Amino acid sequence: MKKTAKEIWVFGDYRNYFRNRVTLQLLAKSVELAKKTGSQVCAVIFGNGVQEYVNEYIAHGAEKVYVIDHDSLHEYHVETYVVLMEMIVRKYQPEMLLVGATCFGREFAPRVAKRVHTGLTADCVDLEINGDGLLVQTAPAFGGNLLAKIITPHHRPQMATVRAGVFKELPHDYHASGKVIPIPVPKRLPENRVRLIRSKHEPPRTNRIEDAKIVVCGGRGMGSKQKFKKLFALAELLGGEVGATRPVVYSGWADDDSLIGQAGRQIKPLLLLSFGISGAIQHTAALSDAKFIIAVNKNPEAPMMKMADVAIVADANQVCSALIREIRERIRS
Amino acid sequence: MLKLIVCIKQVPMVSELPWDSRTGTLKREMAEGMMNPACKHALEAALRIKREYGGHITAMTMGPPMAAEVLYEALTLGADRGVLLTDKQMAGADTMITSFTIARAIEKECPEFDLVICGSQTADSETAQVGPQLAEELNIPCAAYIESLECKDKCLRMTRLSDDFLETLEMDLPGLVTITTRQFRPRYATLSGLEEAFQFSGITTLNAADLGLSPEQIGMKASPTRILDVFSSTAEKKNHVMTGAVKKILEEVFEKFGDKIGSAMEKDLKTHEHSD
Ligand SMILES: Cc1cc2nc3c(=O)[nH]c(=O)nc-3n(C[C@H](O)[C@H](O)[C@H](O)COP(=O)(O)OP(=O)(O)OC[C@H]3O[C@@H](n4cnc5c(N)ncnc54)[C@H](O)[C@@H]3O)c2cc1C
Ligand SMILES: Nc1ncnc2c1ncn2[C@@H]1O[C@H](COP(=O)(O)O)[C@@H](O)[C@H]1O
Repeated sequence: MKKTAKEIWVFGDYRNYFRNRVTLQLLAKSVELAKKTGSQVCAVIFGNGVQEYVNEYIAHGAEKVYVIDHDSLHEYHVETYVVLMEMIVRKYQPEMLLVGATCFGREFAPRVAKRVHTGLTADCVDLEINGDGLLVQTAPAFGGNLLAKIITPHHRPQMATVRAGVFKELPHDYHASGKVIPIPVPKRLPENRVRLIRSKHEPPRTNRIEDAKIVVCGGRGMGSKQKFKKLFALAELLGGEVGATRPVVYSGWADDDSLIGQAGRQIKPLLLLSFGISGAIQHTAALSDAKFIIAVNKNPEAPMMKMADVAIVADANQVCSALIREIRERIRS
Repeated sequence: MLKLIVCIKQVPMVSELPWDSRTGTLKREMAEGMMNPACKHALEAALRIKREYGGHITAMTMGPPMAAEVLYEALTLGADRGVLLTDKQMAGADTMITSFTIARAIEKECPEFDLVICGSQTADSETAQVGPQLAEELNIPCAAYIESLECKDKCLRMTRLSDDFLETLEMDLPGLVTITTRQFRPRYATLSGLEEAFQFSGITTLNAADLGLSPEQIGMKASPTRILDVFSSTAEKKNHVMTGAVKKILEEVFEKFGDKIGSAMEKDLKTHEHSD
């Protein structure tokens, strides 16, 4: 194995900056990991006119920022970024490289991993350092309620992607200082084989379930598309949003945008009402910030019931209908 | 005419089986394994390209011998040829090695391809890594999460929604795209069609030796990642478990937790039957 620098790198994914906090969250986690390994936390930024992001990353935990800032990088472009990242990984040999699992990151990271020939674990729900100083990447496995601890023993950097919302960013530190390492753009950047013809900012298609104070979430236990509709009535009454599990989305009872979980959205409601959901890790991974959970399931042993504050053992449809009635009656006019 | 390769994977996924709402049961005829949903959409994209521009579709899968089933399904739907990569030595490959193995098979079996189409992700691992890594292996351009496609003079124009940006992209073929489950709603194979497909002889089966690969290059052995440990993840909370008549339960819920519900709603709820 090659000798590596004691550095943990975080890819600076700054597009959608205000909505996309995943880079900051990864920096925060890296600060924690670096304490164990005695490494430096570094951010890597490519682009044109990115100074403000350099400052942001320093304020959020980066001790060092590698920057390639050049006119030719005004487009956010996967292929070019892959080439640049390969180049500097080879040059500086970081021991770890963490990438946010945005659409961009999920296309970018595997290609970087391939080029430098190392492993990559997708969608980690936890990262820690073991006794041998290796990065232990916890990720859901085998599609069920199982988590696997994965390591990359012999290849470097150790690479992982993490979804937004899994870790928490550090508060902005106005006094932080960090070292900036400007890197010149290579003289002959290969031509982009994929050309960006147009790029239009598209606001999210639905109301922001991520910010909703109340989320009504339904699973396969609702029974049918028709019955699932009741959840929309309940959500409307509560002033909340409707979320769904994957089988529900696959069956067309709710649309893609309402998918809650690892493959969908992360939520942080004050109140989560969960109906007919078993509570597979891919779903519950997105619920860790829900303040108060009421779950309804016929099966008291379902994992979703175990993680709820109130577990109602009953038919989901009945409870939903009854709840609609109760709330109507109880709202003071 | 375009030479297309579609990479499909069979996923054993009891929990994702279509749910028959009429009988309240899982559609168990598919309990063994099914074509990964995103791969179905990828195949659909290939079939539409073939219809529009003319083409020849090779469906390729790596997996246990049983995975031939998804190739038969693909043939029924309109693929022209199936290639099954199967070998005990190939088992346990991570995405790095899966893409390596598939790339070697493509180079051997259809080196003259124009377009490789993958699903954006698999339902069992959902890494979404194999497509982009396969493009790297083949040294061709790649665009992931594609939602529409148009082809003109071996130039592909595509759109995708990427992190709240609606992008229009172009690339010259040969290239690789990955297809999401948002568009290209797949057609379904009829059972009689499937039976017919089993009589086709359009499937080529290859093992590691056929691909000229040694055991050190493939499978778990060659994969950079290692699984240390697998464990169950259920978090448990001390909680109120409520059983009995629904009406009673809800009364108790409002009595004990009405304030929580009310404050989340930012409304003042009556929490007791008798309060006014
Ligand atoms: C890589 C990967 C990523 C995934 N990502 C996600 C994701 O982002 N989000 C997601 O949700 N899933 C995801 N999944 C799927 C996940 O593993 C589960 O299969 C899914 O969450 C289960 O959905 P469910 O709870 O609705 O269905 P089930 O697991 O079928 O549970 C239904 C529940 O309803 C209960 N029930 C049945 N009838 C009634 C009734 N009448 N009244 C009350 N309760 C009833 C049952 O007891 C059961 O607990 C992913 C899977 C994989 C492999
Ligand atoms: N074993 C396999 N055989 C054929 N294609 C595969 C295989 N594994 C992954 N793929 C392709 O890669 C896509 C993404 O898979 P994944 O990276 O596992 O999420 C799938 O939709 C397939 O198109």
